[in-house]
Amino acid sequence: MELPKEKLLQMDRTMQTIRQFEERVRDIFRTGQIPGFLHVSIGEEAVATGVCAALTDKDYITSTHRGHGHLLAKGGKLKPMTAEIFGKRTGYCKGKGGSMHIADLSLGILGANGIVGGGIPIATGAALAAQLRGSREVAACFFGDGAANEGTFHESLNLAAIWKLPVVYVCENNSFAEFTLTRDVTSVKDIADRARGHDMPGVVVNGNDVVEVYETTLQAVERAKRGEGPTLIEAKTYRWEGHVVGEEAFLGKWGYRSQEEIEEWKRRCPIATFEKRFTEAGIFTQAELDAVKAEVKREMDEAVAFARESPLPKPEEALEDIFINP
Amino acid sequence: MRKITFAQAINEALREEMRRDPATFIMGEDVEVGVFGATTGLVDEFGPTRVRNTPISEAGFVGAGVGAAMAGARPLVEIQIASFTYCCWDQLCNQAAKLHYMTGGQAKMPITFRTLYGALGSAAAQHSVTVYAQLMSVPGLKVVVPSGPYDMKGLLKSAIRDDDPVIVFEYGRFGQLKEAVPEEEYLVPLGRGAVKKEGKDTTVVAIGIMIQKALAAAEALEKEGISVEVVDPRTLIPLDEETILKSVQKTGRVVIVDEGHRRGGAAADLAAMIADKGFDYLDGPIKRVTALDAPMPFSPPMENFVLPDEAKIQAAVKELVG
Repeated sequence: MELPKEKLLQMDRTMQTIRQFEERVRDIFRTGQIPGFLHVSIGEEAVATGVCAALTDKDYITSTHRGHGHLLAKGGKLKPMTAEIFGKRTGYCKGKGGSMHIADLSLGILGANGIVGGGIPIATGAALAAQLRGSREVAACFFGDGAANEGTFHESLNLAAIWKLPVVYVCENNSFAEFTLTRDVTSVKDIADRARGHDMPGVVVNGNDVVEVYETTLQAVERAKRGEGPTLIEAKTYRWEGHVVGEEAFLGKWGYRSQEEIEEWKRRCPIATFEKRFTEAGIFTQAELDAVKAEVKREMDEAVAFARESPLPKPEEALEDIFINP
Repeated sequence: MRKITFAQAINEALREEMRRDPATFIMGEDVEVGVFGATTGLVDEFGPTRVRNTPISEAGFVGAGVGAAMAGARPLVEIQIASFTYCCWDQLCNQAAKLHYMTGGQAKMPITFRTLYGALGSAAAQHSVTVYAQLMSVPGLKVVVPSGPYDMKGLLKSAIRDDDPVIVFEYGRFGQLKEAVPEEEYLVPLGRGAVKKEGKDTTVVAIGIMIQKALAAAEALEKEGISVEVVDPRTLIPLDEETILKSVQKTGRVVIVDEGHRRGGAAADLAAMIADKGFDYLDGPIKRVTALDAPMPFSPPMENFVLPDEAKIQAAVKELVG
């Protein structure tokens, strides 16, 4: 498929945004200025970007504890995202969610989710709602390799298959379930093989190739819109950073992977390989890419400034939004 | 007025609300057949798209209900037996209950769960739980425990129209009980208790179907010259504290009857509320008549021993009245 330059540049911008956002909040987190936990997806940007490039604003996504990339790729705004991570009242969730729980319902982002596998039935239900009202939205469901061993994964895939729901299951296999090697705790080499058990197509893609992710997702979305049901896509990628930022502090001398392995995957950086490929092909110039990078940096500076300047919630705001009708 | 059962009342409430709102749909295990009669026949009117059998996948379909609610539908999800909530605890307590809050009020969660609760009669411990006490301690869920078919219908209709997640507990082993229920439409609002019988010597607050036991006990005590006021909270969340406290103020004594276990139970929670806000009204200790803290046994003599009953309620009242 020949993709227009605009689309490719947009993908570059999205991946740059995710990378810069996560590098920045990671660095600030390390200074102790961000409360809670932080899970970053550096190195996995092509999965979020490629999938969401195949969706419209009306389509739904559910995301995970490692969700910044998915949210940004679906159109999430830098300022309220950053403010939420800082625990500010101007954040997407008024400071009630934090990094693991950002949502923007107006963009179809039904939320990141702190429970592994928690979002899989939710995406399935959003697809059911769309099918029931006869509209054309699709739900894309992001989850990790770890979630593929949760019961909700199998229950949801079965439901989606029997009801032919318009949902695309995207397993972002970053090689680690927290601090455990996925291959050590998973019965199959390819999680996509589990699609067969639920009577749907299962496809393995290179999760570091945004174009391949995009094209595969587009096919799955079209299939879903034709009423033919769900697809399981497994995007193989690698988590450059730890499960949580700052894990060195409690892991001590116990590691679970080698530095060589990390370096090997960094050479396959989804952004660098993408930019090299399309500059060499003469699609964009280095100057254009530098401009994108600089613009994203400016936006990120503004987002951090916005978050820092924003007020903290008042303590008693903790009692708001529990019910719509208390 | 005609008299109908719980199951008929539920069936009518579901039918009326599904006619009223096209965004509603029912899903759950065996709902097309309707094992206990509550959903029986609805598929004939609304079709299998809006009355859909699910696989036995509580986490899957409860979670799908949550997602459907967030995406604009109004799901009516049946969890066939209350103990099956354990299989979907995350989706109920972590997702349905919390996502409106955790998204800063963005996500709407207009979902109603219905489930059959309590001792069903020699169903043994895995099918004989009340669970509402555990769910009361999850902020974000509304908890409704109707005591008879009239309240059942009116409360369920209110629950369905409510934009928050509501779980409605249904009738346990009182499937045969009939009550007068009007043909014309009515609603019973959430968060408003009711005095089911007036009295002056002691208040008995009873939860859900324990109201039936409390009313029978009150009738017997009346013959012995003890006047009992029976109060039904109807919904545990939100709780009508005022109706309970007003009655305690009037009688000065209170017995709380709950089919749930004693430890960490709903009765304990109500007792704490009364002690906190109505201490000056009390002429004696707050008494609780609850299930004993054993898993519900199978064999009838043991099950009866563990469960609260009329005799236990009468004994507690007499102890208080002296």
